[in-house]
Amino acid sequence: MGDMVFYLFAATTVLSGFFVVFSKNIVHAGFSLLFTLFGVAGLFAMLGADFLAVTQTMVYIGGVLILVLFVVMMTRIPGQDIPKRSFDRKIPAGVFSVLIFALVFKVINGTEWNVLPVDAPEATISMIGQKLLTDFIFPFEYASIVLLLAMIGAAILIRERKIDDEEEVQS
Amino acid sequence: MEVGLAHYLTVGAILFSLGIFAVMTRRNAVALLMGVELILNGANVNFVAFSRYVETSIDGHLMAAFVIVLAAAEAAVALAIVLAMFRNFGTVHVDSVDSLKQ
Repeated sequence: MGDMVFYLFAATTVLSGFFVVFSKNIVHAGFSLLFTLFGVAGLFAMLGADFLAVTQTMVYIGGVLILVLFVVMMTRIPGQDIPKRSFDRKIPAGVFSVLIFALVFKVINGTEWNVLPVDAPEATISMIGQKLLTDFIFPFEYASIVLLLAMIGAAILIRERKIDDEEEVQS
Repeated sequence: MEVGLAHYLTVGAILFSLGIFAVMTRRNAVALLMGVELILNGANVNFVAFSRYVETSIDGHLMAAFVIVLAAAEAAVALAIVLAMFRNFGTVHVDSVDSLKQ
């Protein structure tokens, strides 16, 4: 039963991941990314990471993906989806990524992992909270600074500005 | 065959290779960002799988949480850059934004 659920989530993730990469239409790729991220959230839930599954759903699907889709729709010029000179890159890139996958797959299956006996998953939220305020207090605070800087930086980058030096008027 | 660590690592490796392929072939800036998201998700699957099967602590969960935080920040800044690029050049095709080269 659990194996079936794993294969369901893994198939969702991998198939829609292929669609993200190979779809010509950028809007279709964006919506397919939704299923990939949802499949990864399901895999997190299978691994007993309840907090991460919820975080993945809220931050990635509710935040990053919505942002990506907004930008896709704001910047899309119909007819410009098909890149001009991309076929000459596809073969070396395909060979390279297949080689990377083959190497990683060989390492995964050739290594004797020191697998511990798996106990039943328990709620991780309180443990994560304790870790965040003890061992991981500095990364936690740095993360807040990074988020603040990213917010300010994005606002500065995106604002309309009048350029006096150049003649052209920004529309 | 019982689903174990290797299965999760394989899914992570597939996501990683797909992301590498997308970053190398896609010329649309937003599609390139989607490739980066695939790479980060592949790494996250690995973190959580190792945390479940090999480690006894949940440090892997925290690493994955920080990766999600940084991915959100990166997406916000990168998409702001894409919008600024679209306003100034009228395109999101990364090959045609090369005025620094001329």
